[in-house]
Amino acid sequence: MAILRSRVLWIGAAVVVIAALLPFWLSAYLLGVLTAAYYFGVFAMAWDLLFGFAGEVNFGPTFLIGLGAYTAAILNSEFGLPIPVCVVAGAIAAVLGGILLAVPALRLRGPYFGLVTLVAVLLLQNFIVIFAGVTGGEIGMTVPDVLSIDEKVNYWYALVFLTICAVLLYGLSRSTVGLILQASGQDAVEASALGFNVTKHKIAAFCISALFSGTAGAMLIFYMGTASINTVIDLAIAVQIIIAAVLGGRRTILGAALGAVFLIVANEFLRPLGQLNTFVVSAVALAVILFFPEGLLGYALHRGERE
Amino acid sequence: MTGAARLQVSGLHKRFGGVIAVKNMSFDLRAGEIVGLIGPNGSGKSTVMSLIMGIQRANAGTITLDGIDIAGWPAHRIARAGISIVFQHSRPLQRQTVLENIKLALLPDSLLRLATKTSVTERARAIAERVGLGGVLHRHPWTLPFADLRRMEVAKAVARDPKVVLIDEPFAGLTAAEIKIFSDLIRSLRDDGRAVLLVDHSVKSVAALADRVIAMYLGEPIAEGSADEVMQNETVRRVYLGGAIEAVERNDSRTDAATLLDVDCVDVFYGKAQALEHVDLRVRQDEFVSIVGLNGAGKTTLFNAISGLVPYRGSIRFAGAELRRRTAAAIARGGVVHCPETRELFGYMSVRENLDLGGGHLSAGERQRQLAWVFELFPILEQRQAQAARTLSGGEQQMLTLGRALMMQPKLLILDEPTLGLAPVILGQISKAIERLRKERSLTLLLAEQNVTFALPHSDRVYLLDHGRIAWQGDPQRFAAEMHAGYL
Repeated sequence: MAILRSRVLWIGAAVVVIAALLPFWLSAYLLGVLTAAYYFGVFAMAWDLLFGFAGEVNFGPTFLIGLGAYTAAILNSEFGLPIPVCVVAGAIAAVLGGILLAVPALRLRGPYFGLVTLVAVLLLQNFIVIFAGVTGGEIGMTVPDVLSIDEKVNYWYALVFLTICAVLLYGLSRSTVGLILQASGQDAVEASALGFNVTKHKIAAFCISALFSGTAGAMLIFYMGTASINTVIDLAIAVQIIIAAVLGGRRTILGAALGAVFLIVANEFLRPLGQLNTFVVSAVALAVILFFPEGLLGYALHRGERE
Repeated sequence: MTGAARLQVSGLHKRFGGVIAVKNMSFDLRAGEIVGLIGPNGSGKSTVMSLIMGIQRANAGTITLDGIDIAGWPAHRIARAGISIVFQHSRPLQRQTVLENIKLALLPDSLLRLATKTSVTERARAIAERVGLGGVLHRHPWTLPFADLRRMEVAKAVARDPKVVLIDEPFAGLTAAEIKIFSDLIRSLRDDGRAVLLVDHSVKSVAALADRVIAMYLGEPIAEGSADEVMQNETVRRVYLGGAIEAVERNDSRTDAATLLDVDCVDVFYGKAQALEHVDLRVRQDEFVSIVGLNGAGKTTLFNAISGLVPYRGSIRFAGAELRRRTAAAIARGGVVHCPETRELFGYMSVRENLDLGGGHLSAGERQRQLAWVFELFPILEQRQAQAARTLSGGEQQMLTLGRALMMQPKLLILDEPTLGLAPVILGQISKAIERLRKERSLTLLLAEQNVTFALPHSDRVYLLDHGRIAWQGDPQRFAAEMHAGYL
């Protein structure tokens, strides 16, 4: 275990160093693609904590992301609060919204939890459209402040943010709390018979997932300079996050980030295909899910275990 | 070192829809004592166990642990108060090692402690040594033999130093040698001053171990005492065997009929545990064959193999055609209709809807005729047509299961434990219905029972299944003479 752990550490460190040097090679356009992909990676990792460990399928990750993003955007444009304050407020809003959703929803069994999260996204979307005066409605809103106008700086912000989130979430998944969470997700009856309050642990996982999703959502809009339903709330985004996490590998956390980067970069590279682009990416994702249900990283790790 | 009552259960009552699973159950469990809670399948013993653990909530009654009423507490709080359970089937964390799995059971229920204390690791190691897992600490659960997985479950259960340990089917799936080791392990729990409750279907398997045995039937205690006393008890014998066996004289006209079902050398494995071993069985056209054997002998597994619900090795042929490549649905449409012991009714649908689904492939007129016949067989179903299936009583549910199967116009009807958890008067009604089936229709029946008295009068031939093997076969009269004494 210790060997594997340090192996993950070294590989991870190498990947981060290479990624940090990329701005000296890549075009501003490609850097922009990667920057968005890194925020996306955080969304996917936060989702995997819920699905892979707590065993709950959250069909509405964009509910949490959208709460964070729009709270930050509104505070910035209406009250002119500085970016760090807005990001923290966005994270808090996402956690509060998450608790409000999870506490009643987790009492439900089976597919109902997933359905509640799905409905939450639609509610938030409608809410934004109805209060178009503040939120910009379907057109979206522009935020006055941005993280930076330099592509390279934006890229490094995103990379640092992704790295911090990855270390925290991965560490959490490997901690004592992660172990209890995994047991709760796998067999709730047995976990509670071992003396663990399963509901408490699942709500905590939901809050942590909300914290990271909300923060990443807020950061994303200060990178893009705009907040709109199409970029942070739409169900299509939610589906992409889910595909990214499953593609990368359930219960691996880091795999989710890889899956997200793969998905977005592949989409960009296949852009010359025109309309076929989305089709090809979806087909590849489908093939991976069908033939390697453990995901890319899960498959690699599992092979290692067998040897 | 038997002491004061640790766990006191009194007036416990639990119902599921229309089925009363436990009624007025009361007993004590003292420190340093092993008590066997036995009863045929469906008697409610497993429900009692999950009520004590707080996995399900009782409708009435009290459960006190050292004088504190814990009924209605959530399971995790009951676990912390000092009760633990060894599940029959467990799902260990597969990516973690044995040591980590045991450590899990020692962790505090805290969201803030991120690292394990070294004392926890040491204690996990000590517990593992004690249950005999010292050599496999760093292996993953999926690489372990079945007996070691069971040990790991015991290790997890005793990790928090519980006052009361509940063990579900302690010896299921273990070999004779493993049973001995496991028994010693359970005795060591008693010697630590814990109260141990063994829940099992047979008196025999817990007799050597239990200081006291409580027998249950239809949700109620029917006898209590030493294992010998309980085994000799007239009520217990009647519940298990159904009283004196009346073998019915049969004419042998069916012996020359063609073979309808041919089970040839079938093996079934569940992971590492072998559930069936080289089972051979033949059922001729229009023949009524019963398979008797205690719970866990492999009867349900055999039926699931025939119905295509579990993968198997060997060959099963029906009316000359190999069933292996067919799906469960195709097998059922082909005329092999299975009434599982769990009944599998559509609980939220009405009685009528359940029956109509059974006859879904029939033409409208034929369905009407078939329905009228089922209603004639079980008049109560006609009265309850509009009622949701889950609100029926246990006996009515069993009749509906049979009725729905008959709506499919089976060529071979497979009945798995139709007497499960049913009162004698209902057994009589179902018994009469089966007798009528034999007289009125051309039907072949394969019946699994632990209630031998119920099974024998309906049988042309009997197979005895024991630990996944056919241990005996012959006609009912010979069974009564040869096997009865050694059966319980």
